[in-house]
Amino acid sequence: MRRIVSLVAVALAISGCSVGGSGEQPGGRSVVLVTHDSFEVDPALLERFRADTGVRIDVRKSGDAGALTNQLVLTKANPIGDVAFGVDTTFASRALDEGVFAEYRSPEAAKGPQRYAVDDTGRVTAVDVGDVCVNVDTAALAARNLPVPAAYEDLADPRYKDLLVVEDPATSSPGLAFVLGTVARFGEPGWVGYWERLKANGVKVVSGWEEAYTQEFSGSSGKGPRPIVVSYASSPSAEVGADGLPRTAAVLGTCFRQVEYAGVLAGAKNPDDARKVLDFLLSEPFQAQVPDKMYVYPAREGVALPEAWRKAAPLPENPAVLPAGDIQANRERWVEQWRAAVPR
Amino acid sequence: MILAAALPLGFLAVFFVWPVAAIIRLGFTGGGVGAVLADADTWDLVVFTLGQAAASTLVALVAGLPVAFLLARCALPGTGFVRAAILVPFVLPTVVVGLAFRSLLPDGGVAAIVLANAFFNVAVVARTVAGLWSHVDRRAEDAARALGASRLRTFTSITLPALTPAIGSAAAVVFLFCATSFGVVLLLGGARHRTLETEIYLRTVELLDLPGAAALSLLQLAAVVAALVAGAVARRRRETSMRLRGRAETARRPVGGEWAVVAVAYAVVALLLVPIGSLVLRSLSTKDGWGLDGYRALAGTGYRGSLQVSGVDAAINSVRVATDATLLALLLGVVASVVLVTLGRARSRLVEAMDTALMLPLGVSAVTVGFGYLITLDALPGDLRTSAALVPLAQALVVTPLVIRMVLPVLRSIDDRLRQAAATLGASPWRVWREVDIPLAGRSFLAATAFAYVVALGEFGATSFLVRPDTATLPVVIGRLVSRPGELNNQMAYAACTLLMLVTVAIVMLVDCLRVGSVGEF
Repeated sequence: MRRIVSLVAVALAISGCSVGGSGEQPGGRSVVLVTHDSFEVDPALLERFRADTGVRIDVRKSGDAGALTNQLVLTKANPIGDVAFGVDTTFASRALDEGVFAEYRSPEAAKGPQRYAVDDTGRVTAVDVGDVCVNVDTAALAARNLPVPAAYEDLADPRYKDLLVVEDPATSSPGLAFVLGTVARFGEPGWVGYWERLKANGVKVVSGWEEAYTQEFSGSSGKGPRPIVVSYASSPSAEVGADGLPRTAAVLGTCFRQVEYAGVLAGAKNPDDARKVLDFLLSEPFQAQVPDKMYVYPAREGVALPEAWRKAAPLPENPAVLPAGDIQANRERWVEQWRAAVPR
Repeated sequence: MILAAALPLGFLAVFFVWPVAAIIRLGFTGGGVGAVLADADTWDLVVFTLGQAAASTLVALVAGLPVAFLLARCALPGTGFVRAAILVPFVLPTVVVGLAFRSLLPDGGVAAIVLANAFFNVAVVARTVAGLWSHVDRRAEDAARALGASRLRTFTSITLPALTPAIGSAAAVVFLFCATSFGVVLLLGGARHRTLETEIYLRTVELLDLPGAAALSLLQLAAVVAALVAGAVARRRRETSMRLRGRAETARRPVGGEWAVVAVAYAVVALLLVPIGSLVLRSLSTKDGWGLDGYRALAGTGYRGSLQVSGVDAAINSVRVATDATLLALLLGVVASVVLVTLGRARSRLVEAMDTALMLPLGVSAVTVGFGYLITLDALPGDLRTSAALVPLAQALVVTPLVIRMVLPVLRSIDDRLRQAAATLGASPWRVWREVDIPLAGRSFLAATAFAYVVALGEFGATSFLVRPDTATLPVVIGRLVSRPGELNNQMAYAACTLLMLVTVAIVMLVDCLRVGSVGEF
């Protein structure tokens, strides 16, 4: 008998821990925002949006930008949400070709986001810019008596032998963006020749950003062996020393423009409120917090960057760009060519 | 009995067979499946996948058996901690373990993949085998020794045959885990060493090449079924009944040569602690020495509010989700095991088929299942595709086979005449279960519960897809933090790892402390 009593007690204790034990959110209008893992927002902003409009934003994260896009494509007949954010330059074309998004021209789009439009159909709107650039550990280069490299060509210079670490474009989004940057800079087939020179110059390839930046790069907390890494234009803002000076720098001549888009999903259950959410993503308060929350630059004009960013991580002015359609048409082939030219 | 069988099989049909079949069918409508199957590269993938899984399983078995001996046979102080600590690798996100192995074995390649896979799975072997071992009557061994058999002879002719069912179970589970190991292979194998699992992921998630993914998924399925059938044949008729005993009766202080085995076991545990220790060190290391900044930031919501939930809230969320998954998996797993044992007396072929089917979720890519959910589950009422309820459901799918593999060998070892005697004396089936099965197999239920908890606590893939930001679990938080620049984010990531380890050890020790009727109690 005592055993049964103790079992019941355990069962009761456990049920108190369960998700089922916690109350579901109350009713009312809600919009499902489908996005990628990197999406972060100040909860106070969501609360204010709800107070202003009566609409609750239900955030659902779905892997990286590629996973997000492909889930949207697979579920376009019966979408898993009302509005999607996080489809980037690399995947925008696939989403548009598949008719994932419905047209909506937000009045906020004219205040800057329009600059990054994919096409003129008004189906997706730029929310932020997250350029991929080579980052350098300035002190480590100075210790080697080397100047900070200025452009792609410098990285193939024998003076910088065995100093660069990059990510595999097949498995890493910044890795792919960097390869696309070299395609934009050198054209076809010159970019493959450039990679052969990088290989001869001792480039190291790892599978993901985490390993490249936090383990191989000497400018991060991992204190790795290599002072040059493919990362983001924004990364130096997180590596500011106690003296307030940046310890790393982005090489602005090696940047590739990555834009992240949002759009109202075709077949959304709640399209009217979904449009309000898109306006919210473009609004000044949301745009002002994207640097701190997501390490990206606001697409809206006239939004001030945080202090550390102004010093350490200004927005690149002349990044390499490729049309979304070209990327969609050639991505797989380029990755295959890269894999053939740069094995480990 | 049919009703009881319908519960686990129905769950399997709705949350596994249907989604997987749907996504593979969608791939076939795209065409081009044949071309992938004809490609020589594809077969290299199959060979490497199975080869690395077999090697990892072997390493895990060799390392796990001495630890099983320590847990089952030795009455030594500190065994409770060892029992909990070896489960820690299981909850750690593969990305941080991969990074740790990468820094410990910079030029690793295949060896690093095998060691990392084994690192995750030593606990499966140790705990599954110890679950049975601690109930095996040791008087047969003592008799053999008294009759002059050497220790080795006693082990190979008495102990090993008795343990074969549990070793077979553990090997099957470990093999499936290693065959579908994803993060470790991606991080340590890079472009050189790819497996079916990493290739299915890339084709499905990044390229949306569904025909290619369907072809590879079919191969994965075929390979897994072949491995499972081979395992079932190997252990056919090995799961025989024997006299089970309580742990208290079978454990004692090691004597003589047993100390050597104990020493090996402790060496294995020490090796497991190396990568774990390196994670703890990283949580404390700053540019200018040592510090607790990561822990302080984790107690709040991070650097400039970069986290939506504090580390403590994430820990609570983890425990909640894991509790749901554990309860569900225990229900399904124990019901399935009872059905298999009951049917097993009459229809062995049917039982083998059902047993194999219930194991399949461990051997099929999580991506295949997850993308299958997207195109099927909206047909169910309530559109489960983006529901938080899908997290425990998806976790239970993975945990249930583990529960079955831990409980079934022990239930099968119970001499059926005990149940018959009880029934003859007038006990109802429920009473027989309560008085015979639960006391004799109680430890294995607890072992399964602890395991279920640990797998659910560490689950990352399904959870990161489905969980809402305000209910993020610890592995999800770690995944986010480790993908950000900045020293503090890094320290917080590793501080969150340490927190996850502490939560795991606490829960497992708590579960292990429960005494659901071990034999010694009556």
